Amino acid sequence: MKESNPTPDPIHSDAFLARLMSGQLKLSIACAFCFIVALVALPLLNYFQPEFMAQRVFGFTLTWLILGVLFFPFVWIISYIFIQRSIALEDAEAKAALDGLKK
Amino acid sequence: MNALLAFLAAAEPAAKGIDPWIAFFSLITVVITVGMGFWTAGKSKSAGDFFVAGRSVSVGWNASAISGEYLSAASFMGVAGMVMLNGYDALWYPVCYACGYLFLLLFIAGPLRRFGAYTIPDFAEGRYDSPVFRKIAVCFVLFIGFFYTMPQMKGAGTTLAYIFPGLHYSVGVIVVGAVITLNVALGGMKGITLVQAFQYWLKVFAITVPIFVIAAIVGHYQSHLEANKTAQETVAAAPAGIERKALPAKAPKDEQWIAPFGSLTTKAVDAAIKAAKTPEEKAELEANKKPYSLLYTYSLIIALVCGTAGLPHILVRFYTNPDGVAAKRTTMWVMILIGVFYVFPPIYGVIGRSLTPELYDAVGSKGTDKVVLELPTLLAGRDYPLLGSILSGITCAGAFAAFMSTFSGLLVSMSSALAHDIYGRMLKPDSSPEQRLTAFKWSAVIIGVVSVGLGTQVEKLNINYLVGQAFAIAAASYFPLLFMSVWWRGMTMKGAATGMLAGGLLALGSIFLTTLSDVYGFAGLADFWVAHPLLRILCEQPAIWAVPLSITLMIVVSKATAATIPADVRMKMLVLHAPEALGLKQEYIKEHEGAGGH
Repeated sequence: MKESNPTPDPIHSDAFLARLMSGQLKLSIACAFCFIVALVALPLLNYFQPEFMAQRVFGFTLTWLILGVLFFPFVWIISYIFIQRSIALEDAEAKAALDGLKK
Repeated sequence: MNALLAFLAAAEPAAKGIDPWIAFFSLITVVITVGMGFWTAGKSKSAGDFFVAGRSVSVGWNASAISGEYLSAASFMGVAGMVMLNGYDALWYPVCYACGYLFLLLFIAGPLRRFGAYTIPDFAEGRYDSPVFRKIAVCFVLFIGFFYTMPQMKGAGTTLAYIFPGLHYSVGVIVVGAVITLNVALGGMKGITLVQAFQYWLKVFAITVPIFVIAAIVGHYQSHLEANKTAQETVAAAPAGIERKALPAKAPKDEQWIAPFGSLTTKAVDAAIKAAKTPEEKAELEANKKPYSLLYTYSLIIALVCGTAGLPHILVRFYTNPDGVAAKRTTMWVMILIGVFYVFPPIYGVIGRSLTPELYDAVGSKGTDKVVLELPTLLAGRDYPLLGSILSGITCAGAFAAFMSTFSGLLVSMSSALAHDIYGRMLKPDSSPEQRLTAFKWSAVIIGVVSVGLGTQVEKLNINYLVGQAFAIAAASYFPLLFMSVWWRGMTMKGAATGMLAGGLLALGSIFLTTLSDVYGFAGLADFWVAHPLLRILCEQPAIWAVPLSITLMIVVSKATAATIPADVRMKMLVLHAPEALGLKQEYIKEHEGAGGH
C-alpha cells in the first residue's frame, strides 16, 4: 500500500515518524524512570536500612509516611510535568509538520 | 423493580437487629443508582451509544466516571481490611492502584485513544488486521473480568450480611448481583457514565466524612499508629487519650504489623517453617524469609502497576475522550481523584486494629474486610449512638456504590465482548443492530449469573487480594500487548499472540492453582505449597516472571516472523502517535473504508 503512493510529503516519511515516536518515548521513559527508581528504592531501603526507615516522623514510621501519604503527590508531580511537556511536544510537531507541508 | 422488592423481602426474615439508619442510607444508594440507570436508558439510542456513550464526555466528567468505576469494593473495603490484617505491606495495594495510572498515562492513554477502537479486542484486530487475533484477545476480557467480579461479590455479600445480621453471605451476593445485572441489561453505558461520576463523589464523601468524625473522637491516624511499637522501640508510646483493646492471639504482633515484610509477604515461608522437621531446615528457611519477602513485594508491585494499564473495563472509557490530549488530561485527573481517596482507607485499618481487634478472630464475611462498615458504630459506646449509626450508614452506602459501580462496569465490558465479538462477529456476523442489542442484554444476564456463582465461593478470601490477582493476569496479558504494539513497529500478530497467551495463561493458571487450594484446601496441593514456599510465592504473585516472559516471547517470535509485519505499519504508527491536528485519522479511515472495521 505504501509503495503505491511514494509521495515525498514529509508527514508520511519514516524520518517524521521516527522523530515523533522517539520524542514522545524519550519523555515517557524519563518520567517512568523517576517513578521506577522510587518503586525499586523503597523496598530496598526497607530491606537494608530497616532502623532508619522505622524512625518516627509525626507518629508515623518514616516508611509508612512515604508510602501511605507522600507517594501520591510525588506521582501527581511527575504526571503534571509529563502532560505539560507532552502537549507542548505535540503542538510543536504538528506546527512543524504543517509548516513543512505549506512550503 | 422486582429485584428491589426481592431485596426488601430478603430483609424481612432477618428484621431483628437491623439499624434503620444503615438500612436507609444503603437503600437510598441502591435506588438512586438503579433509578439513574433507568432514567438515562431512555436517552441512549443506538447500539454505539450503548457501548461507549457516544464518545462525548468532558475531561472532568470522564475522570470522575473512570475513578467511580475504578474504586471498587477492594478500594473501599478491602484496603482497610488488609491494612488491618497485614499492616504496612498492604499499603502497596492502594499506592500501586493509584500510581499504576502513571504507566497508562506515559505509554498508552494518548496513542490508544487516537487509534479509535472501542475495546482492546478492537485494537488488537485493527493494529494487526487480524480477526483471528481479536478472538484470542477477547478471552482475556472474560478471564480478567471474572477474577475482578469475585471480590465485588464478596464485598456485596459482606455488606449485606453486616446490614442484615443473620442473613447468609450468599443471599447478599445473589440479591446484589441480580439488581446490578438487571440495571446493566436495561441501562447500558450511557447511563453508567453519569452514574459512575456520581458514584465517585459519593465514595469520597463516604470514606472521608466518617473517618474525620471518628478520628476527632477516638484519636488521629498517627496517634493510633504510634501506639504500635516498632522493633526498635522497647515499649509502645501511649499517646494521650488513645485507647487500645487487647489484641487476640491471631492478630500479628505490633513490630511485624507496622514494619515492611510482615505477614502478607512471609506467610508462605512461615507455613514452611511451621512444618519443617529439623532445626537446620528451619534455620535455612528463616534465612530465606526476608529475601523471599522482598521478591513477593516486587512481584506485587509489578502486577499492580502494569495491571492497571491492562484493565479492560477501564481502557474502554478512554475512548469516550474527544482526543489524545484529552485522554492524557483525563488520566492525570484520575490519578489525583483516586490518590486523594486512597489516603483514607488505611486509616480505618489502623484505627480498627486499636478498637475492633475482635475482627481478627472472625473469618469470611465477618472478618477484617468489614472494618470500614463496623468502625463508625464504635461511637455508640462513646455516647454518640445516633452519630455512629448514621456514619455507619454512610460507609455502607459507599460500599454499595463501590461494588455496584465496578460490577456494572465489568458487566458492560464483558457483555460487550460477548455480544460484540462472540455473537456479532463469530456466531452471527450478519446480525442487525437490534439483534446485537438483544444479544448484549442476554450476555449481561449470562455473565451476571456466572459472576454470582463464582462470588458465592470466595467468602474466605480477602477482597483486596482477589483484585490484586485480576491485576496480575492483566499485567501478564494485556499490558505487554498494548505497550509493545504502541511502541514497537516490528511486532507481528504471531508475536503479540504468543506473548499474550503464554504470559497471560501461565499467570492465570498459577493464580488459579493457589486460589483453588486456598478456597477448597486440597490436601495434596496445600502440602506441595508448604514444601515449596518459593514456588508458592511465584505462583501467588506471578507478575515478576510472567510479564518479562510475555514481552520476551513477543520480541523473539516477532523477529522470527518479521515477514508478516503488517504492510501499512507506518500509517498505523502515525495514527497512534501523530497529533490529531494533522488529520491523519481521517486519511486512515478513508484508506480502510469498506475493508471491515466499524
